Amino acid sequence: MNLTGNYSYWVTIFIMIAGLYIVIARGNLVKKLIGLGIFQTSVYLLYIGAGKIIGGTAPILSPAFSTYSNPLPHVLILTAIVVGVATLALGLAIVVRIREAYDSIEEDEILEKDRIEDAGG
Amino acid sequence: MTRDLVLRVFGKLLIPFVLLFALYVQFHGDFGPGGGFQAGVITAAAVIFYAIIFGLPAARRFAPDWLIESMVGAGVLIYGGVGVFGIVFGGNYLDYFVLAHDTVHGQERGIFWVEAGVAVTVSGVMLQIFYMFAGRQRDREEA
Amino acid sequence: MIADHLPALQVVVPLLAAPLMLLVRRGGFAWLLATLVSWTALAIALALAFKVREAGTISYAIGNWPPPWGIEYRVDALNSFVLVLVSLVASVVAPYARASVAAELPREQHYLYFTMFSLCLAGLLGISITGDAFNLFVFLEISSLSTYVLIALGRNRRGLLAAYQYLVLGTIGATFYIIGVGLLYLMTGTLNLADLAQRLREVHEIRPVLAALAFITAGVGLKLALFPLHFWLPNAYAYAPSAITAFLAASATKVSVYVLLRFYFVIFGVPLVFGRLPMAEVLITLSVLAVVSASLVAVFQRDLKRMFAYSSVAQIGYITLGMGLANKAGLTGAVVHLFNHGITKGAIFLLLGGVALRVGSTSLARAAGLARTMPLTSFGIVLAGMSLIGIPGTAGFVSKWYLILGAIEHGYWGLALLLVVSSLIAVAYVWRFVEMAYFREPEPGAARLAEAPASMLVPAWIMVAACVYFGLDTSFPLEGARSAVTVLLGGAR
Repeated sequence: MNLTGNYSYWVTIFIMIAGLYIVIARGNLVKKLIGLGIFQTSVYLLYIGAGKIIGGTAPILSPAFSTYSNPLPHVLILTAIVVGVATLALGLAIVVRIREAYDSIEEDEILEKDRIEDAGG
Repeated sequence: MTRDLVLRVFGKLLIPFVLLFALYVQFHGDFGPGGGFQAGVITAAAVIFYAIIFGLPAARRFAPDWLIESMVGAGVLIYGGVGVFGIVFGGNYLDYFVLAHDTVHGQERGIFWVEAGVAVTVSGVMLQIFYMFAGRQRDREEA
Repeated sequence: MIADHLPALQVVVPLLAAPLMLLVRRGGFAWLLATLVSWTALAIALALAFKVREAGTISYAIGNWPPPWGIEYRVDALNSFVLVLVSLVASVVAPYARASVAAELPREQHYLYFTMFSLCLAGLLGISITGDAFNLFVFLEISSLSTYVLIALGRNRRGLLAAYQYLVLGTIGATFYIIGVGLLYLMTGTLNLADLAQRLREVHEIRPVLAALAFITAGVGLKLALFPLHFWLPNAYAYAPSAITAFLAASATKVSVYVLLRFYFVIFGVPLVFGRLPMAEVLITLSVLAVVSASLVAVFQRDLKRMFAYSSVAQIGYITLGMGLANKAGLTGAVVHLFNHGITKGAIFLLLGGVALRVGSTSLARAAGLARTMPLTSFGIVLAGMSLIGIPGTAGFVSKWYLILGAIEHGYWGLALLLVVSSLIAVAYVWRFVEMAYFREPEPGAARLAEAPASMLVPAWIMVAACVYFGLDTSFPLEGARSAVTVLLGGAR
C-alpha cells in the first residue's frame, strides 16, 4: 500500500465525500445542486487520473513520441461532463419553478407549507 | 449596461471574431483540439454576450426562440441521419467506412457531419437554457 | 437487409422520433408519431426475441468497429425479454396518453411531453440492449433526465419537489454506477460487458472489484428503489401525470433490475457475489423488509396512487428476493415477476388515470361508490389487484409460486410462509379500495360521473386482460424467463 503514490485517489475520495455531504446536509435546493456538481466532479478526476501517463502525449501517432496517454477516459468524461451540465440545468430549472410555486427554496420551509396544506384540506 | 459606450463598441467589434473563432474551432477539429461541442458553446457564448450588452429582446430578434428550438432538434437529426446513411449505404448504424469510396475519406466525411450536428445542437441547447433562465420572469409578466 | 439492423433500429427509431417532434411542434402529430414509434419498437423487440430464440445471441457492432473496441449491441434471451416488456408497455401507454394528456397538461406542452416520452423509451430500450458499460450509463441518464421532466409536468406543485428529489437521488445513483464501472475499467481495461465478464475472472487483486460491486449495487439500487433506497419513488409516482406513472411503474424500475441482474450474475458471477460476499443474505433481508414494511405503509395511505406506489416498492422486494435466492426457481420467479408486475401495475395505474380524469382526484375518500359510476374501471382495478395479491388464475400467482418454490429449495420454510403472509397484507390494501368502491354510497352529485373515454379504457383493459391471460396461459413469460435464467446461471459457471 503506497499512501502518497495514490494521492489522486485521496483527492478523488475527498471531493466525492465533500460533495455528498453538501447534498445531504444542506437544506437549500441550489446548494444541494452545487454539492451534486462537486460530487460528480470526483468521477471526472477518477477517470482522468487513471488515464494519464506522466510524459505521455495525445495519441496522434508520430515518430517523435513513444509514450501516449490513454484517450478513452477523456472521451468518456467529456460525455459525463455533458450529462452533468444537463442535470445541473434541469435541476436549476426545476428549482426556478419550485421557487415560483412555493416562494421558497429552503427544503424545510417547502415541506412545512405542504404540511399546512395537508392539515388545512 | 446598455448605455455603456465602451462595452457596446467593443462588443460589436469582438462578437464577429468570436463567431469566426467558433468556425475555426469547428473546422480545425480534424487536426487539433476542437470540434462541434466547443464550437457550439463558443457560438452560443457570442450570442449570450450580445444579449448581456444589448439586452435580451435584441438577442431574440437576432436568434428567435423558434430557431433555437429547431436547432436543438435539427442537430440531433443530422447526427442520427449520418447513422442512418451508414445503413443505407450497406454498412452498420453510424458506419462511416461506407460513406465514401475509401475508408479514410468515409471516416472524415462521417465525422464532419456528426460534428456539424453536434455544433448545431449544442449551441441551440446552450441558448435555449440561457433564454429560459434569463427570460423567465419577463415571459411570465407578459403572459 | 433491414433485418440485420434491428438491434440498432430498436433504439434509433424512438431516439430520432424525438427531435422530429420538436421540429414539427404539433401535439397531435407528436402523439401519432409516439404511438407509431412504440408499435414499431414492439415489432422490432418481438422480431429480435424470435431471432434470439432460433439463432442465439445477436451481436451488432455500432459503426462497424468490432467489439470489444467499439460499442456493441448484444441481444440475448435475458434482455430480449426486457425489450419486449418495455416496448409492450410503451405501445399500450402511448395511445392511452392522448386523452389523458389533453386533460392534464396545457396545449403548448403536448408535443414536448411526447418528445420526452420517446426519449425516455429510447433510453430504457438502450439500457436493455447495449453491451457496453459506459453506453449503458449514457442511456440511463437519457431515460432519467426525461423522466425528471415528465414527473415535473404533473399538475400538483408537489410534483416539482418529487422531481427534484428524484433528480438528486437518481444522479447520485448514476454517479455511483459510473464510479463502479470506472473501477472495473481500471482493473480490466475494457468496458464491453461480455469482455468484462471474462477478464474479471483473471483479476486477482480483488479489493477494487469488491468496491466496484458495492458502488454498482448502491447506484443501481437507488434507481430500482431497493429498500431502503426507495424514498423518491412514492412521491414521484403519486404526482407524475397518469400515463407517465403507468409507464414508469411498469418499465423504468424493471430495467434497473435487469442491470443489477446482468452485473451480479453475468459480470461479477455467482461465486464472487454469493459465494465470497454475503449478498444473498443482504438481498433477502432487505427484500423481506421491503415487502413487509412497504405493504404495511400502503395499507394506511389515503391516496390510491400513493398506495399502489408503496405497493410497487413491496413488489420490487419480491423481485430482489428471487435474485437473492439465486437458484433456478427463485430467479425464474424474479424474471417472471418483472414481467407480471409490469403489466399488473401498468393496468392499475392506467385505470387510476381514468379515475383522476373523471373524479378529479385519486384520493381514496373520493372513490366512494366508484363501482356504480365507473363499473368497468373499478372491476379492472379489482382484477389487477387480485393479480397483485397473487390469487391463482392471475399472472401474479405464477411468479409468487416460483418464488416460494425457490425459498423451499433452500429450505427457507419461514421465508415461504412469509411470502404467503405478505400477500395477505396486499389483500388488506386492495380490500380498502373494494370496500370504498363497492360498499359505499356515491357522494351526492357523483352520480353524473361517466366511465373513462374508450381511448383510455381500451388500453387499460388490454393490460388487465394480459394479467388474467398470462395467469392462465403461462407459456410466454415462463419460457422467456426460463431461457433468461439459463443466460444468468450459464454465465456464472
